[in-house]
Amino acid sequence: MRKTTRSEDLVRGIWKENPVLVQMLGLCPALAVTNSVKNALAMSAATFFVICCSSVLVSSCKRFIPNEVRISAYILVIATFVTLADMLLQAYAPVQHKELGAFIALIVVNCMILGRQEAFSAKNTVFRSLLDAMGTGVGFTIALVMMGGFREILGTGSFLDHPLFGPHFEPWVIFVLPAGGFLTLGFILLAMGYIEQRRRDRADKTAEAEASS
Amino acid sequence: MSEQSLFSIFFSAVVVNNFTLALFLGLCPFMGVSARVETALRMGLANIFVLTLTSISAWILNTFILQTAPYLRIISFIIVIASLVQIVEMTIKKFSPTLFRQLGIYLPLITTNCAILGLAIFQTNRGYGFLQGLTFAVGAGLGLTLALVLMASIRESVEFSDVPEVAKGTGLVLIIAGTLSMAFMGFAGLL
Repeated sequence: MRKTTRSEDLVRGIWKENPVLVQMLGLCPALAVTNSVKNALAMSAATFFVICCSSVLVSSCKRFIPNEVRISAYILVIATFVTLADMLLQAYAPVQHKELGAFIALIVVNCMILGRQEAFSAKNTVFRSLLDAMGTGVGFTIALVMMGGFREILGTGSFLDHPLFGPHFEPWVIFVLPAGGFLTLGFILLAMGYIEQRRRDRADKTAEAEASS
Repeated sequence: MSEQSLFSIFFSAVVVNNFTLALFLGLCPFMGVSARVETALRMGLANIFVLTLTSISAWILNTFILQTAPYLRIISFIIVIASLVQIVEMTIKKFSPTLFRQLGIYLPLITTNCAILGLAIFQTNRGYGFLQGLTFAVGAGLGLTLALVLMASIRESVEFSDVPEVAKGTGLVLIIAGTLSMAFMGFAGLL
């Protein structure tokens, strides 16, 4: 693997390797809890906590974890922190905890977290693993808030419970329903594909122009 | 103990609250294994099997062990699921190597399928008894299989149609899933 700098560790997860939008990991929470910005934020905060703590613990214990049982060990570490996050949310934000319901517990099987442990924390120092986890967590948050915003604005006509439009706005209810989750992510991916393709076309054209001149 | 009748649990799990299309559980196989109808069907069957076993073990854990230590719930569930999948894998390998080859990588991947852990947690939250849990598991598994097979059949025909270059890939799959999910919303009023 190519050696990366510390800032790269941090930034990589935010856009270029965004867990949800590019790597398609952690889709279940990204679709299930983004019917409002508040839920998206609560979910991201819990996931951010879990991924940072697990990365630090896994990277500091990597010498003691036998290679054969490493996946089970990672899952155990993650499950412990998810239990912690579950209890913390229940204590300090009972309303959000109720709204998110079983999806807090389901952070355990978010492939994004396990993926970072296996791909990064198991091989790198504690500090760099923390940076990597923070980058991935922020990337996850961006994707979730983007989807939550899109769905809440179109589906209820408000943002963070503040009404945005006049009383004549007809909410597009489909977007807060499950079907809207699939459609929103689908449209975001289509838009990203379109941008990517245009950039590639332009790069090709420049290359051609340079070759012909 | 919840008072819901077995039929309403079953029907709700298959269509009204379909695990994949309404609750977003088990999306990874839904995206990854839904390119061919045959593999989708096999994945669905493997899922029904594991879901049923999980439901039974979750009920045992809940009734006999976890009452004294409820905070160990998530951890114990995930360990049980992981070992269950491992045992199923070894059993299939021993008794039917052909099936084992056909299932391939999908079998171990069931461990990280949120549908399985989701089932165990929903079952606990709703306080289902043994039979209710079993019905719920079979219903959820059938619902997953239904969604997978529907999706795979649509994707097989989309392959031969003229799709714009940009839309190829996951974006299109998600929009198809959205449309399917809208179709399943029609069942919402039934229960």
